[in-house]
Amino acid sequence: MNAIFCLSGIVIKELYRRKDFYVLFVITAVITLMMGTVNFFHQSGIVRYLKDICLLLIWFSSLVIAIVTAARQIPAERESRTIFPLLAKPVSRWQVVAGKFAGCWLACGLALAVFYLFFGAVCGAREGRLMPAQYLQAFWLQWGMLAVVISMALLGSVVFSAPSANVTICFVVVVGILIVGAYLQKLAALQPPLTGCLLTLLYFSIPHLEWFYAVRERLIFDQDLIGWGDCVLATAYAAAYAGLFLCAAWLVFRRKPLAA
Amino acid sequence: MRVQAETTATQPAPRVRAARNAVIQIQGLVVEYPGRGFGQSPTVAVKGLDLEIYAGEAFGFLGPNGAGKTSTLHVLLGFQPPTRGAAFINGLDVREPIARQRIGYLPEMTSYYKFLTAEELLRFYGRLFRIGRADLESRIDSLLKLVDLDGARKRLIKTYSKGMQQRIGLAQALINNPDLLILDEPTSGLDPLGRMKVREIIERLKSEGRTVLFSSHELGEVETVCDRIAIIQRGELKVVGRVADLVGEYQMDLERIFLKIIGYTSPPQP
Repeated sequence: MNAIFCLSGIVIKELYRRKDFYVLFVITAVITLMMGTVNFFHQSGIVRYLKDICLLLIWFSSLVIAIVTAARQIPAERESRTIFPLLAKPVSRWQVVAGKFAGCWLACGLALAVFYLFFGAVCGAREGRLMPAQYLQAFWLQWGMLAVVISMALLGSVVFSAPSANVTICFVVVVGILIVGAYLQKLAALQPPLTGCLLTLLYFSIPHLEWFYAVRERLIFDQDLIGWGDCVLATAYAAAYAGLFLCAAWLVFRRKPLAA
Repeated sequence: MRVQAETTATQPAPRVRAARNAVIQIQGLVVEYPGRGFGQSPTVAVKGLDLEIYAGEAFGFLGPNGAGKTSTLHVLLGFQPPTRGAAFINGLDVREPIARQRIGYLPEMTSYYKFLTAEELLRFYGRLFRIGRADLESRIDSLLKLVDLDGARKRLIKTYSKGMQQRIGLAQALINNPDLLILDEPTSGLDPLGRMKVREIIERLKSEGRTVLFSSHELGEVETVCDRIAIIQRGELKVVGRVADLVGEYQMDLERIFLKIIGYTSPPQP
């Protein structure tokens, strides 16, 4: 565990010493603040749409941070040859994968927490009430979903040699799942048997990130909390997929030549 | 082929002979890399290498480019699994991470995390060895002084010159107070002062009874520093023995011995 903690600390340090994170954070913060303070058309009901846009922005920003950070972890180590002094220490490759995952996940969690705090404060000021439990639940479930995305990007980073290809593929896959993931089964019913079978197989094998995305609607429409039992199940679902992707990443990385 | 595994002419130095426990054992090592294209035969980098390196000696591992030196070092460090054969460090299989607990490694032409300062980098590597906080801090202080980077300890590594990066590399290789130091081209890219500094550090480690495995093209340096050498060519061990014995036997300096062994013949004079 010691090596995993050390490695995750380095990942977090790297993220918070890079300028691109701050640029993304400042843009998100400024847009959220503007949306929160401007009273469009003198309509109080419009706050719902503003929350929708701000949450979409938070989702997009956190996905960008998660994918971009995770996708370049191992390729950057190989490219800059920092992997050699690292693996010359008593560190195994599964610890490298686990440490990189933990670092990316914690770093994204910190960024996400700041986004949610900021968003919550702006919405609270605008609506005159705070909903900490709702925000906490939304944060937790989104963070769980990011665990799946990060582990997927880490797997991609040991499969594809170019980080840019991995980032593009991860974005396409994640956005694809978010948009059409829920409709795959319905689509399968309209297809010829073979295609339908393949689509059904795909539906049951992909991680359904859109289930986590649905939680933002509860914040927008001021709905009640999701049951805590369902929340635990969703967490277990995310943990299972993240574990699966991490195992696959380790299996690939285990025998991967280190030279870039 | 002229392989001499410590035979009559190549007896190790008395100090080494007194401690014949092999720190590194390489047995029938074969390293193959898969062919890049479809149907291409694999590239054999190391062909059945047998070698032992003993405690307390400075051992030079020589060979022309592409001879298989780096592949062998990569197997010893667990970067590359052996295709066949085995390698052990202090009796532990090199594929086990614990075998690297008492090793220091300075890679050739590497860079370190540029977003860290020198002391943060050493702290990170030190923690991987589970060194206690107080011990680690005092070790960081002494190592930064040793490599003349004490004044630049708070500077980010991205601002370091190449020589400074090589020196921080040496410091990270020594952070765990290693029994075995593996140096891959340690003086590559260093100015004469930097080379002298590295040589002094290796001499000091030797005098402390540590084992140093040294891969270099600087044969003059190898001749000065190493007790024994091995020359490898196209993955095969050509010669292994004491530097003094080889120089005595061939009646020439190490550079000429090296060229003779790898089969270099100078072009005829016009």
